[in-house]
Amino acid sequence: MTSLTLVRRIAAQPATVFDALTTSDGIACWWGPDGGPVLIAETDVRVGGRFRVRFRMLDGSEHESSGEYLHVDPPHHLAMSWRWSDDEDGGESRVEFVLRATDTGTELTLTHSGLQDEATRTGHEEGWGGALDKLVRHFAG
Amino acid sequence: MVNYYQTLDRTFAALGDPTRRAILARLEQEGSATVSQLAQPFSIKLPAVMKHLDVLDDAGLIIRTKTGRTVIVRLSPAPMQAAMDWLRRYEHFWTHSLDRLAAYAESQEAQRRPEK
Repeated sequence: MTSLTLVRRIAAQPATVFDALTTSDGIACWWGPDGGPVLIAETDVRVGGRFRVRFRMLDGSEHESSGEYLHVDPPHHLAMSWRWSDDEDGGESRVEFVLRATDTGTELTLTHSGLQDEATRTGHEEGWGGALDKLVRHFAG
Repeated sequence: MVNYYQTLDRTFAALGDPTRRAILARLEQEGSATVSQLAQPFSIKLPAVMKHLDVLDDAGLIIRTKTGRTVIVRLSPAPMQAAMDWLRRYEHFWTHSLDRLAAYAESQEAQRRPEK
């Protein structure tokens, strides 16, 4: 329940996809949930380096996310912390990309997991993770 | 979104007790129950059960309604809904972004190929 995983098959080599994920020019072409423009795309792609991306949606609202690169292993693995600049609560989450070469190009797996994963892990140690899973199933159904 | 993490903390805290988990599991199965029905399987007194219900209520996990002298307890989906909302927000963002990422990477690949 606490993380989102999406898989995409892309007809391009992992190196091409990795560049699209990490370069300013690349990010400017795809980042955001609709066709609105990317206004700022800054990346410093090394462990400890930071990224910042600001985009405008078609409804005119602007959103900015930023974070720190946690794992950089081109062209197969990229992980970074993630925080919405407009999120007053300041919740930080983690984004991870795994790129696997396939016959036709790349299989990309995105995992975006929340802070609450920490709580979930603690919960499992305490033995009540199952109860929570059950509740989630209940409400998801 | 703003209070999401605080709400979730309360949810987790409320779930950190075996009696409260048993109460929730029972409500999940039966839909609703009276306070005395909930107290029955436990070797604890009614006031102790009431305290557990207070914690679950504060976390928004249950709803209590009074009908005459009987209090009916039901599960409340709100805290789990917050988790679902979190997922939906990012699912929307990433689903569309990744579609565009794939299209962009494929166009870049097409440009690169002739160079080889």
